[in-house]
Amino acid sequence: MLEIKNLHTSVLDIDDSEILKGIDLSVGKGEIHAIMGPNGSGKSTLANVLMGRFDYVVTEGEITLDGESILDLRPDQRAHLGMFLAFQYPAEIPGVRPWQFLKAALDSKAEARGEEKMTVRNFSKLFDEKVGAVGINPTLVKRSLNEGFSGGEKKRNEMLQLEVLQPTLAILDETDSGLDVDALRIVAEGVNSMRSPGRSFIVVTHYQRLLNYITPDVVHILVNGKIVNTGGPELALEVEKDGYKKYLVTSEATA
Amino acid sequence: MTNQNTISRESDLSGGEYKWGFVTDVETDLAPKGLSEDIVRLISSKKGEPEWLLEWRLKAYRYWVGLNEADAEPDWAMIEYPKIDYQDIYYYAAPKGTNEAPKSLDDVDPKMLETFEKLGIPLQERAALAGVAVDAVFDSISVATTMEKQLGELGIIFCSFSEAVKNHPDLIKKYLGSVVPYTDNFFAALNAAVFSDGSFVYIPPGVRCPIELMTYFRINTEGSGQFERTLIVADKGAYVSYLEGCTAPFRKTSQLHAATVELIALDDAEIKYSTIQNWFPGTPDGEGGVYNFVTKRGRADRNSKISWTQVETGSAITWKYPSVILRGDNSVGEFFSVALVNNHQQADTGTKMIHIGKNTKSTIVSKGISAGKGNNTYRGQVQIMPGAENAVNHTQCDSLLVGDECGAHTVPYIEVRNPTARLEHEASTSKVSDDQLFYLMARGLSEEEAHHMIITGWSRDVIKELPFEFALEASQLLKVSLEGAVG
Repeated sequence: MLEIKNLHTSVLDIDDSEILKGIDLSVGKGEIHAIMGPNGSGKSTLANVLMGRFDYVVTEGEITLDGESILDLRPDQRAHLGMFLAFQYPAEIPGVRPWQFLKAALDSKAEARGEEKMTVRNFSKLFDEKVGAVGINPTLVKRSLNEGFSGGEKKRNEMLQLEVLQPTLAILDETDSGLDVDALRIVAEGVNSMRSPGRSFIVVTHYQRLLNYITPDVVHILVNGKIVNTGGPELALEVEKDGYKKYLVTSEATA
Repeated sequence: MTNQNTISRESDLSGGEYKWGFVTDVETDLAPKGLSEDIVRLISSKKGEPEWLLEWRLKAYRYWVGLNEADAEPDWAMIEYPKIDYQDIYYYAAPKGTNEAPKSLDDVDPKMLETFEKLGIPLQERAALAGVAVDAVFDSISVATTMEKQLGELGIIFCSFSEAVKNHPDLIKKYLGSVVPYTDNFFAALNAAVFSDGSFVYIPPGVRCPIELMTYFRINTEGSGQFERTLIVADKGAYVSYLEGCTAPFRKTSQLHAATVELIALDDAEIKYSTIQNWFPGTPDGEGGVYNFVTKRGRADRNSKISWTQVETGSAITWKYPSVILRGDNSVGEFFSVALVNNHQQADTGTKMIHIGKNTKSTIVSKGISAGKGNNTYRGQVQIMPGAENAVNHTQCDSLLVGDECGAHTVPYIEVRNPTARLEHEASTSKVSDDQLFYLMARGLSEEEAHHMIITGWSRDVIKELPFEFALEASQLLKVSLEGAVG
């Protein structure tokens, strides 16, 4: 489904700012990949670059989705292809209701794909159902998008969007950070319930604890812009026990 | 191999297009260009006005001549424009054959009706369905007033200004110039001398007007000025919601619009006045466009309320300060404004709240959006007079910048002469952030849709004050006006 080959990325308009230094990653249909790494290793950059954020430049390499390059696509076009990014720090949009925002997002997607837009009635039903499922306080969705939401509320709101938009490739950027155990469980239940042969996940996380609830197929260790190790779920447990120390030493040695 | 990949932010947005720029080909009855006593007399006689009104016009004209000779055109606003040649303007342009006001819609030139259809004005039966009574002022003449009969049964008068002069001279005599006298300012004097038509509304005591009243203004003739005059009187305990919309065709030469609006809310009355101003803003290079110099003021008597809501997206220049004189105890004044400038547009707009009565209360919410090379100024005055015990004002003044070539300015004046007053002033300036744009685009919205959502959301506190249909129109207008500014 997703193929990343030798991906190099810098920050736009800043010299010598290479963050990703040759990433190779292959995510098959229905798989869950966890990307773990210490702070500053480039995990969030990778998540943002996959979604097409403006302020990064891909200097080398290729990203394909179902065999087609997505490098020239805008974020909205990537979304229309079924990609989704759950943000680490969702932006606050004053005066915009979550309901209105999600309906517009669904409509844009339907329009781009030449599908019929969902009726307001059906959308309302779906929305209410998902609000219940994600456990968002219903008064929250009557407020402005993310404005004044607590960290946990923002993350739940991201999960709500994930559930409504039903993407085929979902990237979760440190969705577990700042969550208490209950919220963590809700996020994990969301992912697990959406797990299907046609849908892949990339779960970016610093800690192993989210992986107690979501069992990944593959775990990658990202250090200093490179994937330094790849393995099964047991790799996450190893990191939990020993930290990233041994990778940091190796990566410094090779640098 | 190194390939440089950035996401092009020059998405496929068409350059800011004005969609109301058509010209209607109707024969026009034009008075010669230029301003003189003769022109003032001609306008008055064309309209068959009584002697007292001609006298009033002439006094205004002479006053204006004095101001013009003294070079007293106001220059304190933050706007720049070439000197206006007042002798190079048509002061009277009427569609031919309408010297007599049309008796019914059948008497109206079908081409004109087509124009209004293009404008999306619900004239004819649609008006009734939409619950809107429309008075359309085309160049200077009021074209058709719908639903007059239905309103008549409640004693409500809603007609063109000219008709009101003929049929309700006592009301006009009593209130004309009572809130905005011709001596008020340069443009008010000019308007008083040459105004050609406008709308008149009277709501009898205790009557709540059951529908929104609406006037649509349009300038059609090239080189013509438009000087309409609106007078709204809500008698004791009455209520009315009034909407005003404006468009003008695409012209490379500038057009002058100098209107006057007077509102009178007697004891316990309420007037809600909403405007969508979409005069032609000029080309993206700053050619042409309407110069909009408007004086709007309301008088609020005891326990009354006057509320101005405006969405200003048009005009090359906007100079406009809808105000409320809170002279009655417990009266309330409100001003809700969204002003958007793009390309080379300049807006200097705000309000004056003059607190005279006790326990008077005013609220100001001003949202200025600047894009392109536009310049947006909020200018407001809150004045608490010595007798205004316990007056309260809350002012919120926000600016939003789109791009980095535009300007936003805030000029609040506050004058307090009573120690019991309570005033609050909040101000903010922000930019549409990349984080916000990326967030919305990552969910599938195009860059244009994302901007639109951010801006209408940001303007929500004002737009929600508009009647429903108008709110939709306002939101669409913000979208269209921003085209070409993003990317």
